[in-house]
Amino acid sequence: MSTIKSRLRKEKIAKLFMQFAGISITGSLFLIIGIILFKGLPFLSWEMISQVPQGGFYIGKEGGILNAILGSLYLAGLSTVLACLLGIPIAIYLNIYTNQSAALVRASRLLFDVLFGIPSIVYGAIAFSIMVWLGIRASLLGGVITITLLTIPIVVRTLDELLKTTPLDLKNITTSLGATKWETAQVLLKYIKPGIFTAVLLAFGRAIGDVAGVLLTTGFSDNLPLYIDEPAATLPLAIFFQLSSPIPEVQGRAYASALILTFVILFIVICTHILASKQKKHKL
Amino acid sequence: MKIRLWKDRWIRRAFFALLILTLSVIAFIGIGLTIKALPLLEDQSLFSILTQSIWSPLKGKFGFLPFIMGTVWVTVIALAIAVPLCIMASLYLVEYASDRLRNTVLPLMNVLAAIPPVLYGVWGVLFVVPLIADYIAPFFGSSTSGYSVLSGGIVLAVMIFPIMISIMVEVLQTIPAELKSASLSLGATKWETIQKVIIKKARPGLLAAVVLAISRAFGETIAVLMVCGNIPQVPKSLFDAGYPIPALIANNFGEMMSIPRYDAALMFAALLLLVIIFGFNLISRVILNKLEEKV
Repeated sequence: MSTIKSRLRKEKIAKLFMQFAGISITGSLFLIIGIILFKGLPFLSWEMISQVPQGGFYIGKEGGILNAILGSLYLAGLSTVLACLLGIPIAIYLNIYTNQSAALVRASRLLFDVLFGIPSIVYGAIAFSIMVWLGIRASLLGGVITITLLTIPIVVRTLDELLKTTPLDLKNITTSLGATKWETAQVLLKYIKPGIFTAVLLAFGRAIGDVAGVLLTTGFSDNLPLYIDEPAATLPLAIFFQLSSPIPEVQGRAYASALILTFVILFIVICTHILASKQKKHKL
Repeated sequence: MKIRLWKDRWIRRAFFALLILTLSVIAFIGIGLTIKALPLLEDQSLFSILTQSIWSPLKGKFGFLPFIMGTVWVTVIALAIAVPLCIMASLYLVEYASDRLRNTVLPLMNVLAAIPPVLYGVWGVLFVVPLIADYIAPFFGSSTSGYSVLSGGIVLAVMIFPIMISIMVEVLQTIPAELKSASLSLGATKWETIQKVIIKKARPGLLAAVVLAISRAFGETIAVLMVCGNIPQVPKSLFDAGYPIPALIANNFGEMMSIPRYDAALMFAALLLLVIIFGFNLISRVILNKLEEKV
């Protein structure tokens, strides 16, 4: 057995390592945001977010990325709505209509967890080949369907966890007053209302940031997205395309676009955080 | 009253149908990909597809080895960086840190998790790639453009930080306090307790977190594609360019229609990803669910 001194020294060294690990992990977040801020800020202008690409935009001339911003908002908005329309009923079904220990319920939860991990490129690949098979060209609709599939597991699992935390008393009281299961579900939904918005925001954040799914299904367009059966630009793809250009102005715009996307994401995260703490208060 | 019961019954049926519909999507994807990928197996055996290293679609040669190795390199580098850091950091957060520190750092991890892949890619291009080309590679006496498997690994490591930290912290918090107290009261230092008690007890959970991170790393497309170089070769060193499987799918979808068997090859790539990730996810989720039930 080594002396107490050397053991305590080991303790100190280990602690230093752990602190270093913690700092480098948290630091990476600030490094990412810092670099994008530093590079993107000089190129950010009102023109960027208020105009569509003009002629010669991709060789560094006039224009902005309004088409991509709107495209992304439409895409993420529509698919989030669809994912909620499908996901909320499923979460309710899993929690209220079924016996919690039933094999079906456990298997479904497991499957949704697994689905959550399937990368978007796989969804994109299969959606693309279905679209080719049906003779549909890349369009906003294709993107919406792909991204919906991607976001359903998020909505289902978030709401499922929330519904699990609702007090059993609440469920029992509503049932004992003669409510049907559907009426109980309505009461419980009211109880977890801030949580529903959290799920919506999480899904929206995932949807707006995804590239691999939309790359194959949504295409790209310089026009404002007006029709659902036409290709539409999305913000992450705009960043990707502009960054691969050799022209410095265009690359600069890629940085600025990345900065815009960062702002959107940070806004979403902050809203989620506020809502989550609200739900916590709600519980007391 | 009748109307209410009638409504309830129909809602139950509709919701059940939605559940089955959504879950059948996964089966549908699997079957669809298999059907599409089968033509590739007609003139090459599965073994030769997986082990050949010549990728030449025009000549009808589809060897997946460079892409598999590309994915493996990137993933292993990412894990080599992320696993020790994440274990240490989560141990610190659970065992040493004050509540206040913990409640500051964990939400920051949610921010990191929310950052879209493309922004990681931008960061990789702006920071990691030049760092490797200008400082790290010359230090080891080799020259590179910076677009290498090492860049991909570093970017990927940062991307899997949040998922690992959040699961590891959760796992470590389930370790019973009595076990720790028993070890500490025998005179062990905190670090000894961590080594000999906590890590041992938490091993399955930590493993599950790592496996989950691996499957995340396998499927990551755009961020890796942006920094990896994308040359179909088997990487031989950290500074060689690689070409992971998801990047292959993303880069070649436009042209695949004109070349025979090309679409089957890409679908095979997607199927490969799906099967591996599905399996890995399933394993780690089963482990984690078991742990959760124990508590």
